[in-house]
Amino acid sequence: MASIDLTWVIGGPQGGGVESAANIFAGACAGCGLQIFGKREYYSNIKGEHSYFGVRISDKKIHSNVTGINMLAAFDAETVFRHADDVYNDGAIVYESDLEHIKTDEVPTLDKPFKTRLEKQLLSKNKSPTIQGVLEIAKERGVTLYPISFKTILSTLADEMKNPAIRGMFRMLNVLSVSVSIGLLGLPPDTLLRSVEGVFASKPKIAEMNKHAANYAYNFATAKYQKFKYQLTKIQKDPNTILVQGFQSTGLGKMAAGCRFQSYYPITPASDESVFLESHETFDVENNRPGSTIIVQCEDEISAIGMLIGAALTGTRAATSTSGPGFSLMAEALGWAGINEVPIVVTLYQRSGPSTGLPTRHGQDDLLFAIHAGHGDFPRIVYASGDIEEGFYDTAKCFNFAEMYQIPVIHMMDKFIASTVATIKRFDPTKITIQRGKLLQKIDDGEYKRFTPSQDGVSPRSRLGLENGIFWNTGDESDIEGHISEDPENRIYKMDKRARKLEVALETIPKEDQAVNHGISDFCIVSWGSTKGPILDAIEMLRKENYNVGFVQIKLLNPFPTNHITSLLQNTKTIIDVEANHSAQLGKLLNENLDRKVDYYIVKYTGRAMTCSELYDSIKKIMDGKAQKREVLSYGV
Amino acid sequence: MASSMSDYKTEVHNDWCPGCGDFGIVNAIQMALAEMEVPRHKAAIFSGVGCSGKTSHYVNVYGVHTLHGRVLPFAQGAKLANPEMTIVAAGGDGDGLGIGAGHFVAAGRRNVDMTYLIFNNAVYGLTKGQASPTLKLGLKTKSLPEPNVNQSVNPIALAIASGFTFVARGYAYDVRQLKDLIIAAIKHRGLSFLDVLQPCPTYNDINTRDWFAGMDNIDEITKKPRPRIYKLEDTGYDPVVHIDSPEEENVKLTQALIKSNEWDDKIPTGIFYKNEIIAPYDERIADRIPNYIENPPAYQEIESKGRSITDISKILDGLSV
Repeated sequence: MASIDLTWVIGGPQGGGVESAANIFAGACAGCGLQIFGKREYYSNIKGEHSYFGVRISDKKIHSNVTGINMLAAFDAETVFRHADDVYNDGAIVYESDLEHIKTDEVPTLDKPFKTRLEKQLLSKNKSPTIQGVLEIAKERGVTLYPISFKTILSTLADEMKNPAIRGMFRMLNVLSVSVSIGLLGLPPDTLLRSVEGVFASKPKIAEMNKHAANYAYNFATAKYQKFKYQLTKIQKDPNTILVQGFQSTGLGKMAAGCRFQSYYPITPASDESVFLESHETFDVENNRPGSTIIVQCEDEISAIGMLIGAALTGTRAATSTSGPGFSLMAEALGWAGINEVPIVVTLYQRSGPSTGLPTRHGQDDLLFAIHAGHGDFPRIVYASGDIEEGFYDTAKCFNFAEMYQIPVIHMMDKFIASTVATIKRFDPTKITIQRGKLLQKIDDGEYKRFTPSQDGVSPRSRLGLENGIFWNTGDESDIEGHISEDPENRIYKMDKRARKLEVALETIPKEDQAVNHGISDFCIVSWGSTKGPILDAIEMLRKENYNVGFVQIKLLNPFPTNHITSLLQNTKTIIDVEANHSAQLGKLLNENLDRKVDYYIVKYTGRAMTCSELYDSIKKIMDGKAQKREVLSYGV
Repeated sequence: MASSMSDYKTEVHNDWCPGCGDFGIVNAIQMALAEMEVPRHKAAIFSGVGCSGKTSHYVNVYGVHTLHGRVLPFAQGAKLANPEMTIVAAGGDGDGLGIGAGHFVAAGRRNVDMTYLIFNNAVYGLTKGQASPTLKLGLKTKSLPEPNVNQSVNPIALAIASGFTFVARGYAYDVRQLKDLIIAAIKHRGLSFLDVLQPCPTYNDINTRDWFAGMDNIDEITKKPRPRIYKLEDTGYDPVVHIDSPEEENVKLTQALIKSNEWDDKIPTGIFYKNEIIAPYDERIADRIPNYIENPPAYQEIESKGRSITDISKILDGLSV
């Protein structure tokens, strides 16, 4: 059997059901045993602006998107305008035939820079600035066109189902275009219908109507057209597979890790996690009473981190989830948690900054900020996950770090991971360990002192409400009981004590948790966070052409594991730093901490995640000696 | 069980200025805890930043001296995670009504069962006497280069408008009344607010102890000072919303707002408004999470021999392909 690797993209106006369409498509494919990697792109807007979902399907494990589209499904004009050019020459466009005469001027959401570029391109090929013009170019390249009057299908359905309202139900266009696509791609209808049912599970009436529509559109497409060149086939399903979105990974990780309090302020792309947690605020606990998580939507991020600290002082595992702008507001309280040695976890779903930046777009802009946020000199752990699967297990590790070292932990995630939907191996909570460090459950009557000296800088920790465990905390420097002290000797004791914990963290966090060795070679990529997926796929593409590339993924960013990284890289000749920010922030850390310099940088800062294809091109250029020292990637609309 | 005021005192050196109203407030807090016999480990004082922020170090219960303006978020987080705790938050007027005003309003919306005391002296003491949000327009306290150009905020009215369900005012030099008000505030089911008039002997040379006592306002006939402070309870004022009706609530809210507007010659103390018909936050949570009170976040078991015991299998089943 030929291997499958196909990308299907659906676009439409925000609020028009693009996401549910993509979920139906992904569900139908996953239901056939296929592997999915999908990514959603959207504007900072509620209704009307262009959003799209790209789903890559394969029979093997995939970790990223590619450059290019095999099949584009468009039920609005803007999708054709924006994406037709990305369809491969042997690809296809399924579109609403009514749209052919639409001019670029008639689509107000086409922003000026894009419109100007598009019109210039059309003019240079003597084509009109219309959908027709765009499609003619595509057709001349060899692209197969499937003009379908979805509106006629709606009318037919309205008559069939004796429900005239259906004629105007444009929200159903998404289901129709998915179903036509599935039909053309040769998957059986049963998994499609099951997926429709799953997506509309909470609305049985709507589910029924959509199933009818899906069935009709599927049969319509298979009857009218020959099979598309690329076909998907049902393969053996691994029952241990889940189809999951990125934000669910840290949410589930928090539940499993015993996080029982989360405070947050709404922000893209972090708040999906908090909403997910609130939707599952009660749950079963083995051999115990039902458990619960208190989710508090706060008045701002300052309050969110303040409440989180208050909850953590009671011995509760507590967290917040935010993005760059919110994390900026948290900086002062982060220092308070640092000086008072309070274990807190901040899940930082990065997006493109500065300021509001590109509010709904991807970026790894906040690495150095996370390491340095807050005034004063205090220790914190910064830990980065590379993908959805890591997000789950790392969340549990972050809580352990927080409690073992009594320290704030910033867990770096990002928009790319948050809005990715992928098939992965079912999370296994038995692989999670819960280490609560020196948290006390009982204290005998006596002289408890919160900041008692200890070899590892970590003192036995009491909790609000514990008998004989009274302590004081203050944002001022304090003595071993926690009372304000400006004594110089005490200051040295407390500063050294806190700093010592980072040395201990480096000594005790297992090497494989500090950085992952994905293979070492003369040319070696060093990176962090969600670039992992595109890098792994690019390496695989290169391997097929006998280009061998190594990859070291750094997860522990602060304290920086200098010794471990140095030893991993000792037999490499060329270091290639890959990251999604402008100034190559990890590169700066490497140059600062290693006794050698990064040789090449590959960066991307358009707000769109890297594809493995563009990364493959740049790495190949580097290995062929044809690259600039700094390669800048730009694919994606 | 501890029951004497000295049990609630720490040995920490108190560095407030001689004659500071803060002494009266911390004494009243210690007396209230002793009289209520709150076990020391079941109480926590959260404080903001400023002179009043040091309060938590002087009381021998759990003490959390937080950030400037952020005492309410810290305190609410602790109370929600461990509802068994008796939580008293304390902070200055600049802390609570300036930098922390957003939290003040938001806390009112939640009505978490705890107590918030504002030490109200109309100046920023620890930074050498700048005007605070409660200093009246046009006043020039001694370290101001020019008279205050801002209107003052009315803490009582703001608390009522924000949704605090117990709103009262005390006076730092009437420790007995203040202690009773603190007890009433702690016992109140919901978020209670106490505006404590607290003369700053160092920087506020206008609203002084003598001024509150009316020493500048001698009755021509009796030749005695006419005190500005009076007690609402002495006037037959009833602050309590007794029945769940909009009419009753309107009457009680309106009279409280009118009383809150008194100043200059007559300054009311005591309870302005009290409403226990509005459900506190913990009851709202318990409506959704039935075992919240007996199994709150702070007491939930999360592991067994280092293994996670939270069952997420149903959610994972739902995600299975």
